[in-house]
Amino acid sequence: MKNSSTAFKAPLAKFSLRSGLLACALAATVAFALPAHAGKKNDTLGFAYDQTPENIDPYFNNVRIGVIIAANVWDTLVYRDPNTNEYKGQLAKSWKQVDDRTLEFDLREGIKFHNGEEFDADSVVYTLNYVSNPANKATTQANVRWIEKAEKLDKYKVRIIMKEPFPAAIDYLATTVAIHPAKYYQEVGPTGMNLKPVGSGPYKVIEHIPGKSLTLERNKDYFKDSPKAQPTIGKVRIRFIPDRQTQMAEVMSGGEDFIMHVPKDQAEKLKSLPQLQVESGNTMRIVFLQMNTREGTPAPQLNDIRVRRAIAHAIDRESILKNIVGGGQIINSICTPSQVGCTSEGVTTYKYDPALAKKLLAEAGFPNGFEVDIMAYRERQQTEAMINYLNAVGIKAKLSFMQYAAMRDLARANKTSLTHQTWGSNLVNDLSASTPVYFGGGSDDVSRNPEVIKLLNEGDNSVELKKRQELYQKALAIIADQAYAVPLWSLPVYYVANKDVKFKPYHDELVRFWEMSWK
Amino acid sequence: MLAYITKRLGLAVLVALTVSILAFMLLYLSGDPALAIAGEGARQADIDMVRKTYGFDQPIIVQFGNWLLKIVQGDLGQSIYFKTDVGKLIFTKLETTLLLAIYALAFALVISVPLGVLAAIYKNSWIDRLCLAVAVVGQAMPNFFFALILIMLFSITWRMLPVSGSDTWQHFVMPAITLGYYAAPAFMRLIRAGMIEVLSADYIRTARAKGLPTRSVIFKHALRNAIVPVVALAAVQLGFLLGGSVVIETIFALDGLGYLAYQSITHKDFPVTQVIVLLLSVIYILLTLASDIANAWLDPRIRVA
Repeated sequence: MKNSSTAFKAPLAKFSLRSGLLACALAATVAFALPAHAGKKNDTLGFAYDQTPENIDPYFNNVRIGVIIAANVWDTLVYRDPNTNEYKGQLAKSWKQVDDRTLEFDLREGIKFHNGEEFDADSVVYTLNYVSNPANKATTQANVRWIEKAEKLDKYKVRIIMKEPFPAAIDYLATTVAIHPAKYYQEVGPTGMNLKPVGSGPYKVIEHIPGKSLTLERNKDYFKDSPKAQPTIGKVRIRFIPDRQTQMAEVMSGGEDFIMHVPKDQAEKLKSLPQLQVESGNTMRIVFLQMNTREGTPAPQLNDIRVRRAIAHAIDRESILKNIVGGGQIINSICTPSQVGCTSEGVTTYKYDPALAKKLLAEAGFPNGFEVDIMAYRERQQTEAMINYLNAVGIKAKLSFMQYAAMRDLARANKTSLTHQTWGSNLVNDLSASTPVYFGGGSDDVSRNPEVIKLLNEGDNSVELKKRQELYQKALAIIADQAYAVPLWSLPVYYVANKDVKFKPYHDELVRFWEMSWK
Repeated sequence: MLAYITKRLGLAVLVALTVSILAFMLLYLSGDPALAIAGEGARQADIDMVRKTYGFDQPIIVQFGNWLLKIVQGDLGQSIYFKTDVGKLIFTKLETTLLLAIYALAFALVISVPLGVLAAIYKNSWIDRLCLAVAVVGQAMPNFFFALILIMLFSITWRMLPVSGSDTWQHFVMPAITLGYYAAPAFMRLIRAGMIEVLSADYIRTARAKGLPTRSVIFKHALRNAIVPVVALAAVQLGFLLGGSVVIETIFALDGLGYLAYQSITHKDFPVTQVIVLLLSVIYILLTLASDIANAWLDPRIRVA
């Protein structure tokens, strides 16, 4: 048998040589026929993002990329300046508060949507009345449920009536409440808006392949009075690439020009490449360690204020921020520092002091510490760092890492002890979008302090700014004094871009294509 | 023969049913779907509304029953996330995945046939060992890792191929190699074993004694016979490749069925995940069934077993 097979050897050598040559030829043709790239040369910014919006219509998705697309393709009545947090008129020329529940807007004239339809009171009235109707199932109800109705006074004057006094209304109107062309929206609805999106913003959609890519083109007729700058980059191609490694490979190979949400360690490695730039920015997302003190908590030790304070003293926030988080900033109240009403003035802060933590634990009757569960759903390294610090003072924290929905389910069922929470406020720059979620007596509130609940409620429904600030300050002071939660830091975001791209990161994580340019 | 086919068919239906029940249960275990759909900022009232609208308040067995009943009637349901018809959604993605599976299968055959033949001819030599090593690496290396190595080499170092996407045929080269390389070892070993057996057969000796050229003996006489079981295996592997595309499509951002499966799992889009699992298992089961029946038809001994 052996010699029968050896007899075949010689001719086969020739054979494999030929196929080798063939493979080389094939490889060569591949190299010459690469598809067109994005980049400065083609005046096309390639932007890769990991999530796909289920619908491009801003009211029918709840992903970050949806917010980014909305800001570039659509306009809102009001504009929030990201540098000063000051409100400016965008589609509205000016506005005034008529009474507690009514806002009146004078609209700009002569603005046209991308399909040529004229912007006027009808656009505002139809859009707001459509999306605020629960039957139409807008995805993020919080953005629109405060609207009772919109009314047309004349062609360029509208009133927005709220269900109850809602001071944060202007902020919503400046961020998430985009205005659609009435006739077109009535005709095609959210489904048609997804397939062929039409707004009035600095970029218009020229192609949308759902789940794959979205191509934007500079709106040459963008109205000159807009507080958004006139766009300069010709085209923006957004591609949905779920895998982060693939995204990184794309910017490294020049296939894409811009990615965001890159983890710190990987962003730092990319810094060494000459063709790339790495920028980090602060975000509105805050991180805090929540402690369950509700009746029936699985960790009754947390009912003792000394234990809660000991936990606050045990964690070295500065060191974790510097070594693990990377950017961002320390927070001392459970709210985003830029939010209206958020303050750390008169609020107790807890210094890193493990000896004091141990002493407090001993006083509370736990000289050897205790065992406790800690739950988390993102930024696992940060949770692990906290666990190490807790261990050092004797608190043995056991990590359960899970999906956000599952963790929230457990918290609402009173089954959590310590939870590593993060909260982004849906971009709303008002305290009513953050602190009350966790301390206002709702289902995510695990401390349920009646005084705090009352103060926050009053603050949410007062119109006068000074009064609101006072009420919120009192609530924040109680939360800190009682150490219901350990305020930690705000999360940074890392952007990696081609050296040719000029851009500036903002704390609201909005990518403003209209401000970007080629170097 | 008919009894055999009926038995296999009944078994196939049971397998498909079990797979879909398992998938249904697993999705439930990973958290409340209503919470996931309502999103981070939702209030309890919003979540209750979602729960009611989608029927999540009913017992799981009722939900499963309702779904199955509709599937049997040809109604695949609506995607919760994309809010479109599941059938339509899947149909638009099927082409990319089928293309990928076929390219991958082609690649697997292109490398495994020559290597299998080589290994058989140079049996127990260093060439055979080398082929074995290629096979072991292909089977042992996780395909996401292999994908990254390919990206590093072909896209970043040599700039020959685009990293991701599905616009041109170049976009399919790396995904097909990654997926195909994983499927190749099974073919390679089968061809090697088949060739070794056939090469020692009497008719090969006769062919050589007739003075036929070596190439013609190997490819016309030996390989033709050794390759018969490979055809049956190819059918099964094709099903496997369709399922294996979840990871590969996600890495290379190919907009196909696998990527859709990944998206629907992360968004707890039950109707879509369910139909994809069912579709893939049905395809797999049908291919297996076809190869079983083909084998039984070719070889009567199998029917008895």
